[in-house]
Amino acid sequence: MGQRVGIVAVAQTKYEGSKPALRLAELAHQPVREVLEQTGLKYTEDGTGIDFSICATDDFWDAMTLSDTPIGDVVGAHHRPAEKVSQDGAQAALYATIAILSGHYDVALVVAHCKESQPASRNLITSCAFCPVCTRILGVDYLSAAALQAKRYMYKYGITREQCAKVSVKSYKNAKNNPYAQNAMALTVGDVLSSRMLAYPISTLDAYPVSDGACAMILATEEKAKRLTDKPVWVNGVGNCYDCHHLGDRDLADSDALEMAAKRAYKMAGIKNPRREIDVAEISGQYSYQELMWSEGLGFCGKGEGGKLIDSRATEMGGKLPINPSGGVLPGNPMIVAGLTRVVECVLQLKGEAGARQVAKAKTALAHGTSGPCGQLHSVLILGI
Amino acid sequence: MARRVAIVGIGQTHHQAHREDVNQVEMVNEAVTAALEDAQLRIKDIDCVLHGNMELFEGVHQPDMWHVDGDGAYLKSGMRLTTGGTTGGTIACAAYNHVASGLFDTVMAVGWEKQEEGHTTTGIAAMADPLWDRRLQTGAISGMTAATMIRDFGERAGEVAAMVRIRDGENASRNPYAHLRNKVTREEVMNSYMLVHPIRLLHMCPQSNGACVLIVASEEKAGRITEKPVWVKDHVTTHMEAMLNETILMRDDLAEWASMRVCARKLYKRNGITNPVNEIDLFEMYDPMVWMEMEWADWFLLLERGGYLKLVEDGVTDRNGSFPVNPSGGVVTTNPIGATALIRVAEAALQIRGDAGEHQVDKEVKTAMASAFGGTFWTILHLLSKERP
Repeated sequence: MGQRVGIVAVAQTKYEGSKPALRLAELAHQPVREVLEQTGLKYTEDGTGIDFSICATDDFWDAMTLSDTPIGDVVGAHHRPAEKVSQDGAQAALYATIAILSGHYDVALVVAHCKESQPASRNLITSCAFCPVCTRILGVDYLSAAALQAKRYMYKYGITREQCAKVSVKSYKNAKNNPYAQNAMALTVGDVLSSRMLAYPISTLDAYPVSDGACAMILATEEKAKRLTDKPVWVNGVGNCYDCHHLGDRDLADSDALEMAAKRAYKMAGIKNPRREIDVAEISGQYSYQELMWSEGLGFCGKGEGGKLIDSRATEMGGKLPINPSGGVLPGNPMIVAGLTRVVECVLQLKGEAGARQVAKAKTALAHGTSGPCGQLHSVLILGI
Repeated sequence: MARRVAIVGIGQTHHQAHREDVNQVEMVNEAVTAALEDAQLRIKDIDCVLHGNMELFEGVHQPDMWHVDGDGAYLKSGMRLTTGGTTGGTIACAAYNHVASGLFDTVMAVGWEKQEEGHTTTGIAAMADPLWDRRLQTGAISGMTAATMIRDFGERAGEVAAMVRIRDGENASRNPYAHLRNKVTREEVMNSYMLVHPIRLLHMCPQSNGACVLIVASEEKAGRITEKPVWVKDHVTTHMEAMLNETILMRDDLAEWASMRVCARKLYKRNGITNPVNEIDLFEMYDPMVWMEMEWADWFLLLERGGYLKLVEDGVTDRNGSFPVNPSGGVVTTNPIGATALIRVAEAALQIRGDAGEHQVDKEVKTAMASAFGGTFWTILHLLSKERP
């Protein structure tokens, strides 16, 4: 290879429980316009502008066949190449990296948008992801599946609801430093435990709220990245991996797919000891127990030690390995967008532009995204300066 | 640095209107197994699985999750890319990109659709803007192209439409994987049921269930896997902004403005092609109805309006002609939408390999082109070659 891909601009909207004033194209346009302005790039194909656009959108969430159609003009998809990744946005960033390394494109725009507020029920949509022959008729959706996973994880490794609740407390506290965060508040473990139960052991404050928002970024070849910005952030490693689908086919307490995805990304980035070498991580946990489980999968601690990790306070701001200084997904990031938001936040950290949520001397960051039920597909990106 | 990429494995299902005997996962698995067999590989040899279809046709959200059971993506890298009708073309492009990037050696692209599980026209109509266009959206069966062809060429257009359908039926009868394999006569086409004036049933593609799988590999791997690699020389994607097709079709400069011509010009420029009909040996074209083949081929092949009609009349596009188009029988005989554009690439590659069996064209095929159509006039072109690029 010998080539590197650099992220040259990032932008995001404020995340909100509902954005009724914005149509999908208007929502996507906000961060896209910002990254275009930051770089001065235009949609051209003479080698001077953006030459590939990737949308992360989804037909179900947008209630639209070809959900990339209405934002075609927003991403410059007229007489030009565009593709759609209908998964979490981290997959789109990962694919942009691959597409640039392929030599087929030099500069790629990635945008993810989603309005979870549009459908009557989030669970109605995620229920449709389950096998219609065997499991969908049971009424399972991502939330109830996550509850099964949480229960299995807690049982196998002796993780407590209090330890999971600590993740929510940390996330909502960190979110107070993030102007883009949807919900930010001071909580106690007791507040989380006593909040309304959704699906045992997941209560309202253990789960991310319905959220609307969008984010975007521009990636470029090493040569062009250096010309486009003084502070490029390099994509040093990428990895992704699928797990099996039927919940009974895997031990839900362990995340084999995440271990594999991380291994691939670490190998590419030359990382041997992630706990020591990674300065800050932004990981996608839609439910509080997931931050603990994913930390294990990423090798931040041993198997079953996620609870101890949060107890040690190492993942808080000022700790050895701050996880989700932005607050992460729990205070509110929509599906499809959440993983790309993680990448955006890592870029801000590495550029030293994260404001009140800045982690000092961050040089290597890990961004993580997930798609499907109970983390069936994981994507990991290692970023560096 | 970009690496050379070759197609090393091809598999597809026997495309049919009814597949009550299998669920989606089992159907996809048929094509995966066929492709692995074709490449003499096992699933452990695959690094990455790319998956695509149109979600709202079957109503399964992110079906790549469930399909892991059938496409073999368990503990592998992969992703899901969907661009409507062009989906199969997009995952072929993505497969190329994955291998060319140097990060993956052997990548499998899986395109599929099981259209009997949903309603195709409802799915397509949901493409239109819910506020402005959806009440006007007609789905796939839109008469504008046929109407303008008849306006400009009169009865001749109807005759050529029948010729294209007769040719496709003849070709499909030789292709064991095609859906509508019956040969048809001029009278059958001319008298077939009127769908939307002037489109008749036999002008239009069917709704098929089926899957297609392509395995692509790096030059180094390809050399070990097969003696007959088919090289992906180039791919070009050209989208267009969203609007009603009717608005597009009323432009005076349509021939130059349509994504088919814009895409073709880019491909030809990058690959030094000036006379596509002479320099490309074969064309597998995504034509949802015969009328679209008749109009779009002019745009793809840089012909004057109506130039393609003459090629059809002269038998140039026949299986034994000098520029065969859709020797597989094309989309008018087989259309499992998420697989359709991938089948175009697969069939073009089979012709280059000389492995198309009964529907192998008479001439030697050194270069072949495959097109994809989707969305609001989106186009993807693949250029394949026998010679290493």
